[in-house]
Amino acid sequence: MKKLRVSIVDDDNGRSIILNAALLNAGYEVVSILRSEDNLLKHIECEQPDMIIVDLEMPGRDSLESMRIVNRYNPKPIVMFTNNADHEMISEAINAGVSAYVVDGFNEDRIKPIMDVAIARFKEMQALRNELEKTKNTLEDRKLIEKAKLIVMDQRKCNEDEAYKVLRSLAMDKNKRIAEVAEQLISITSILKK
Amino acid sequence: MSLDSSDEMKRPEKTKINIGFVPLTDCVTLAVAKEKGFFRNNGLDVNLCKEMSWANIRDKLAYGVLDCAQMLATMPITSTLGHAGWKQHTVTSLVLGLNGNAITVSDKLYRELKGINADFDQDRPVTASVLKDLIEIRKARGDELLNFAHVFPTSTHNYFLRYWMASAGIDPDRDVRLIVIPPQQMVSNIEAGNIDGFCAGEPWNQYAVSQGKAHVLITSYEIWNNAPDKVLGVNREWMDANPLTHNAVVKSLLQAADWLDDKGNRIEAARIISREEYVGIPEEVILPPLLGEYKYHNDGDSESIANFNTYFKYSAAFPWHSHAAWYIEQMKRWHDLPETVDCKQVVKAIYLTDHYREVATEMGIDYPLANCKQEGLHNGIWEIESKQGRVALAEDEFFDGQEFEYVDD
Repeated sequence: MKKLRVSIVDDDNGRSIILNAALLNAGYEVVSILRSEDNLLKHIECEQPDMIIVDLEMPGRDSLESMRIVNRYNPKPIVMFTNNADHEMISEAINAGVSAYVVDGFNEDRIKPIMDVAIARFKEMQALRNELEKTKNTLEDRKLIEKAKLIVMDQRKCNEDEAYKVLRSLAMDKNKRIAEVAEQLISITSILKK
Repeated sequence: MSLDSSDEMKRPEKTKINIGFVPLTDCVTLAVAKEKGFFRNNGLDVNLCKEMSWANIRDKLAYGVLDCAQMLATMPITSTLGHAGWKQHTVTSLVLGLNGNAITVSDKLYRELKGINADFDQDRPVTASVLKDLIEIRKARGDELLNFAHVFPTSTHNYFLRYWMASAGIDPDRDVRLIVIPPQQMVSNIEAGNIDGFCAGEPWNQYAVSQGKAHVLITSYEIWNNAPDKVLGVNREWMDANPLTHNAVVKSLLQAADWLDDKGNRIEAARIISREEYVGIPEEVILPPLLGEYKYHNDGDSESIANFNTYFKYSAAFPWHSHAAWYIEQMKRWHDLPETVDCKQVVKAIYLTDHYREVATEMGIDYPLANCKQEGLHNGIWEIESKQGRVALAEDEFFDGQEFEYVDD
């Protein structure tokens, strides 16, 4: 099986060395050990790790969060860890919730199961998100097709059914989805209007 | 000495509290409330917790590790609506400061812009039209996209940057690459050439300028005069469980803001927040904007922006519904919030004008009677109906002459 590739983001040298060793032992490949001042976004884009482990107290958290939200970046599961006992409450809450997974301190034995759970959770969330995205796209497709139909009806002075048939045959000719053809038609028409 | 029953009734439910802040000039109201004894005088023992990310602020407030927090003006809205995944009804009844951000570009990008039009920044406010021209030239040459950074996915900085770019026809989602970098790392990233520009709070713009590696093109003050940037965020549940503590926090911060209106006091304030436990940047960099003196270039003279940091006068701390509504409109515009979000309902539930009024009344501070004002109409000091008659408000123009009309009902 292909090894999972992991990036560690931590300013504490001692800790990242231990974490690195633990991950290697648990069968992961550590592709980078990054620090606050490193260009996190660039590293992660280049190295494309399957997972990122980050210290909760790092300023880079906001950057990592933006990668999760902006979908043009391939989202990754992020494991956050902290050694601060104050964070028990937050770690429980986030564990029960959505965005990230906090490990309260760590020892070697716990690493593998935590990573496994984090990845499984992440996959579930992704599946859910993809489902939502699909629903959203279907809605948007429908809007585009409606708009394009109006244009065709106007240009050819035909009824709605005929307009739809025109779009469908255009799509079949070009081997494209009807929504794509509709989008093209709308953008061409808007250029012509200018 | 024993407390009489009315004092007893006013004693905060919780006296030992944690308030989170991010190391920026804008933490000054919190730092002053602590260091000058305003919290203490109101019966509070406050631990100020320096947090290194906005995500930490959000999470720790949501889960009660922090009792209150300095938040971006947009964050109570995104926390309440669950933008990051989970929902926590978060409210604010106090704005911690107006303005305070800027858009800064690398020396390299600045020279390229000058190359297209040497006079492009002669007149302020500077528009993004020369940047638009450069982007078109770069596209034709097949150059990579320019990288601009801001500080948090749904930050006020993000929306200021987008608003400024879009008004010149730049599509911030396609024509540039917007990324998130912590404010304290902007300068090193611009020096390393990782980014071409950024929008962040002070002292980071002035610090970048002082290093001679960057130029400020426009301040957030110029983009939209006197917009709220940081607010005091609390969980609605926490506020309901600790109403007197919340009142005492708001009261202390209003006293600190009032203290900060004095220019002489700002010198002391800059010294306080220059310390490592707060911002950790030399006082010479922090102080000038606090005094309304702003440097766009390292080799140029300071220019005057009197209200660059406004904390108390002109009812600066009042949580205007029209301010929150403008941010919600921007969030919808850039698809960070769905169109279906009911702006009026959300604003009323989050920006608590009546709570501000309650504390202000107790303190004898005058306040506006309206929750909303017409944004973009006033280019100088004007007056509005208030509890005690008329109260002065500051200018509220947008750099592109737009107007924003919003009414609650």
